[in-house]
Amino acid sequence: MVNENKKAEVKNLNFYYGSNLTLKNVNLSIIEKKVTALIGPSGCGKTTFLRCFNRMHDLYPHNRYEGEIILLPENVNIISSAIDPIEVRMRISMVFQKPNPFPKTIFENVAYGMRVRGINNKSILYETVEKSLRSAALWDEVKDRIDKPAFDLSGGQQQRLCIARALATTPEILLFDEPTSALDPIATSKIEELIVELKNEVTIIIVTHNMQQAARVSEHTAFMYIGEIIEYGKTDRIFTTPSEKLTEDYITGRFG
Amino acid sequence: MEDIRRRIRYNKFWNYIFMIAGLTATFVGLFLLAVLFIDLFIDGSERLTYKFLTSFPSRFPAEAGILSAWVGSFLLLFVTALSAIPLGVAAGIYLEEYAQKNWLTNIIEINIANLAGVPSIVYGLLALGLFVYFFEFGESILTGGLTLALLILPMVIMATREAIRAIPNSMREASYALGATKWQTVHWHIFPYSLGGILTGIIIGLSRAIGETAPIITVGALTFIAFLPTPPITSEFPFISFKWLMDPFTVMPIQMFNWVSRPQVEFQINAAAAGIILMIMTLIMNGIAIHIRYKFRKKIKW
Repeated sequence: MVNENKKAEVKNLNFYYGSNLTLKNVNLSIIEKKVTALIGPSGCGKTTFLRCFNRMHDLYPHNRYEGEIILLPENVNIISSAIDPIEVRMRISMVFQKPNPFPKTIFENVAYGMRVRGINNKSILYETVEKSLRSAALWDEVKDRIDKPAFDLSGGQQQRLCIARALATTPEILLFDEPTSALDPIATSKIEELIVELKNEVTIIIVTHNMQQAARVSEHTAFMYIGEIIEYGKTDRIFTTPSEKLTEDYITGRFG
Repeated sequence: MEDIRRRIRYNKFWNYIFMIAGLTATFVGLFLLAVLFIDLFIDGSERLTYKFLTSFPSRFPAEAGILSAWVGSFLLLFVTALSAIPLGVAAGIYLEEYAQKNWLTNIIEINIANLAGVPSIVYGLLALGLFVYFFEFGESILTGGLTLALLILPMVIMATREAIRAIPNSMREASYALGATKWQTVHWHIFPYSLGGILTGIIIGLSRAIGETAPIITVGALTFIAFLPTPPITSEFPFISFKWLMDPFTVMPIQMFNWVSRPQVEFQINAAAAGIILMIMTLIMNGIAIHIRYKFRKKIKW
């Protein structure tokens, strides 16, 4: 990892839902413009961990962070209460498990992030919407019906629209929370190709319950179990020669 | 085999019984409503003329009309809508999106639900003390409109909250994840997506307000008015006048009540005719509500 720049550094992260400790002393480095996969059985805390990165937990009461997630190169702790969660979300965007386009037009969906940032200039909006839809490999399919409702798109297209919506805000890190779990295999492979494509532009963290997916798209993989990171390393090493017994049991399908 | 069939026959027997009972129950309601409407129509149809709508009440039943009553109802609803809608919608949005869930908001919540069930005459008493005597608005259109606004405020708040609750949380998360503030999320998503439900609730509230009698009598509406309020538009600068807000008024149900309580049979006919008009007004308002709900449901699906 000598030539690789770190984009974020997680240090001694604990997370509480109420009095429930759900993430225990998590330490992890996120490498810039690479894909980091979080795998593990249901309820291991991988989604909880992912949602720390853009402070989604701040939307609900009784949640508490301890420790640090340092965003580099500025060296700011993005989970510190001194940092406005909105500032964090402006820099780190997210794609959710179920495609969740707004009940608006395709154009307005992608333009929303810019509208939030006060950009209303038509030509800038159009330019960015087209660029984002191209990056999300959706432009050719929707260029003739950009003013039609987003709900007319198929599930896979909707998810790529959500990716375009996130890309339009030029995030520094893009979070994917099981982005293909609601999609069919063909739509899934399109999203996976897209993720591999996107890491040239943006740092990606992806939660997946699908180990093949982690193996296909990621450079680094963290295996989580009951709120802890059991093992973290290069994806090919994790999947071929895991050093922990628990990791091996999980990836060989002995539990999970 | 025979056992199973007997069992199925027995189970289905109760199925039929309920179907018949349910059908009967449905028809009792529909039948009564139809009888009521037809009866009203038979009694009042002879007075349903253009002149009836454009005449003031009179000692002579054949010359009496409902001009001051429907104008009064209309102006009252205008004041009611203008005051209850912004207050109710803002309160509903605040309670759903902004307020923290704690014991205080729980108490507020329970109280609003209770307020919706308070008898309307109690609102009349409150308004009499508050608007007529304390604020010295007098027995005016303003007082009447604000009284009805109080009455439907809990309904508007509850309708707003219900409509907002129907929005999936994934919409909020999608908006926040892009860096939106609470207000941006409300402005771009929560409000537009819940508008259909909110409008439906507002119109149903207003169509209840238009038929209210008790609180309006309590705050001192007149039962006999042979003049119209000051026109809102004047020939001199600034061309708009708010004097009508302070004018005395009557409304449709009060006019009806006044006629019903008279001994002459002809006035009963007038009351029936006014009843038909009031019912048609309510039906139109409810029709609009159903239309809006349908239109918005078609546009937004989750």
